[in-house]
Amino acid sequence: MQLTNRSKQVSNKEMTLMERAYIPAIATGLAITLKHFFAKKVTIQYPEVKRYLGPVFRGRHILKRDAEGRERCTACGLCAVACPAEAISMVAAEREKGEETLYREEKYAAVYEVNMLRCIFCGLCEEACPKQAVYLRHDEFIPVFNDRNQVIWGKDLLVEDMNNRYTREAWTKEEAHILDAKRANGEVTNVVPRAIP
Amino acid sequence: MELTEFIIKTITILVVFVLTLVIAMYSTWGERKVAGFIQDRMGPNRAGPGGLLQPLADAGKMFFKEDFIPALANKWLFISGPSLAMLTALLASAVIPFGSTFRYGGVEVVLQGVESNIGILYVFGVVALGVYGIMIGGWASNNKFSLLGAIRAASQNISYEVAMGLSLIAILMMSSSLSLGDIVAQQHGGNWNIFYQPLGFIIFLTCSFAECNRVPFDLPECETELVGGYHTEYGSMKLGFYLFAEYINMFVSSAIISVLYFGGYNYPGMDWVYNQLTASLGTTTGHNIATLIGTGVFFGKALFFIFFYMWVRWTLPRFRYDQLMNLGWKKLIPLAIFNIIITGASVLFLKPFITALLK
Repeated sequence: MQLTNRSKQVSNKEMTLMERAYIPAIATGLAITLKHFFAKKVTIQYPEVKRYLGPVFRGRHILKRDAEGRERCTACGLCAVACPAEAISMVAAEREKGEETLYREEKYAAVYEVNMLRCIFCGLCEEACPKQAVYLRHDEFIPVFNDRNQVIWGKDLLVEDMNNRYTREAWTKEEAHILDAKRANGEVTNVVPRAIP
Repeated sequence: MELTEFIIKTITILVVFVLTLVIAMYSTWGERKVAGFIQDRMGPNRAGPGGLLQPLADAGKMFFKEDFIPALANKWLFISGPSLAMLTALLASAVIPFGSTFRYGGVEVVLQGVESNIGILYVFGVVALGVYGIMIGGWASNNKFSLLGAIRAASQNISYEVAMGLSLIAILMMSSSLSLGDIVAQQHGGNWNIFYQPLGFIIFLTCSFAECNRVPFDLPECETELVGGYHTEYGSMKLGFYLFAEYINMFVSSAIISVLYFGGYNYPGMDWVYNQLTASLGTTTGHNIATLIGTGVFFGKALFFIFFYMWVRWTLPRFRYDQLMNLGWKKLIPLAIFNIIITGASVLFLKPFITALLK
C-alpha cells in the first residue's frame, strides 16, 4: 500500500565508483548549505519587531468604553461565572445622578479585578459578556511581573483610554472568519480597524 | 645587534601569539554565526553590534563558573590536560610565515615567529603532541566515557598522521626543502602547489579535519555515544581551554594548508603591485605596504579555510568509527603512496621531458 508518493524504494545495489569516492556527494551537500547561507533568514527580531498575530489573538484584557466614552460594563458578573480559572472579581455599584457621562448603564463595576496569574487567556469572559464590555486585546501581552503587586490588574489598567482607543479589524469571530477566508482567496481586503464593536 | 634581534624576535612572537588568540577567539563567534546562517537563523547578535562581544561574554561566563575537579580524578594530570592542549596548539603557530619581510631602518624583519629550516617537521611534531593533552585529560578524569573519548582521539590522530605525512612527502619532493618560508617562496608567480598536487591536497585536507577532531571526524566528543567524550568531566575555564585549543588548531591547520598548497602570502599580479608601490612610494615604504598586502592575502586564505571547516561541520554527518578507520588506513594511505609514486615519476621523467620540449 502506498500512502504518499514521497516514499523511495530501498536498494542494496553496489555503489558506483563515483558514489564511493564520496567527494561529489560532499560537493552537492556543500552547495545546498551554501545556498542556505545566503538565503533570507526567517528570524523575527522579537522585542524590536513584532509579528502580527491576527485579529482575534487573545492577549491582555481591556474594559471597553462606548462611542461617548462611557464604560460599557454593568457588573452583571457573567464573565466571573464563565471564567474557568476564577480570575475575575468585581464589586457592583449604582450609578448616581450626574454620572451618566461616566457609565452607560444604571449599574456599574466600582471594582473590577483580573488576577493575571490565574488567567489562562481562554476568552470565555469575552464570549460571556452581554454588553460587549470585556475583550482580550490582539495587540498587547501582559508584561513580565517583577512584583506581587503587579499581578492583580484593577480598573486603572483595564479601562480603555479614550485618547488611545483600542481598534481592531474584526470584533467577532464571524467577522474574522470572513476576513480570513477573503485573504486566503487572495482578495484585496482593505478593512479600517475600528474602535467600536 | 644581538639585542635588537632578540627584541625584534620577541615582538614578532608576541604579535603572532596575540593574533592567533584573537583569531581563535573570533572563530568561536564565526562558528556560531556560520551555523546560524546555514540553518537560516541569525546567530548571536545581542552582545554588541552583530554579536561581536559574544566571545568576551562566553569567556566571562567560563571564568566565573565553578572550577570543579572530580573527587577521584588525578588532580595534577586533570589540570595539566587542558594546559597541554592549549600549549601545543599555540606552539605550532610559531613557524608559519605570515608575510615576506618588513624593512625598518635598514633592518630586514621576517614576518615569521621562528625561521627554521625544518619548519614543517616542527609543526608535525607539535601537532602530534596535541594528543597528549586530550589523552591525559581523558585518563585523569577517572571516567570511562572520558577515557573512551581520549583513546578514540589518540588512535584517530595516529592513524591520520600517517596519511597526512605521506601526502606531505609529495610536496617535499617538489620543493626539496622542509622550511615553510622556502616552500612559500617557491610558489611565487602562480606556481601554487594545489595545481600540481590536487590529490595530495584532498588527502591533506581530510587528515587535517581528523587531526583537529572536527566534524565529520569528531568522534572523540561524540555526544550520542560518549556523553561529552574526553571533556565530559571538565567545566569552567578548563573546558574553555579544550574548546579554545580546538579553534587554535583549526587556525593553525588552515594557515598550514594555505602555506603548503595555496602559496601563502603570494597572490596573482604580486610583482606588478610590488613594482608600482616601490616606484611610487620608494623602496622602503613601498616594500612594507606590499608585504602588508601579502599578509592580508595570507589571512584571507587562512580565514577562508576556517570558514570551510565550519561549512563542512554544518553539512556532513559524523562518521562511524569503523568507517573512520577504513577511510584512514584503506583509502587515504594507499592513495597517498600512489600520489608519492606519481609525483616521483613526474619529477624524474615528465619534468625533464617538458623542459626539453619547451626549449
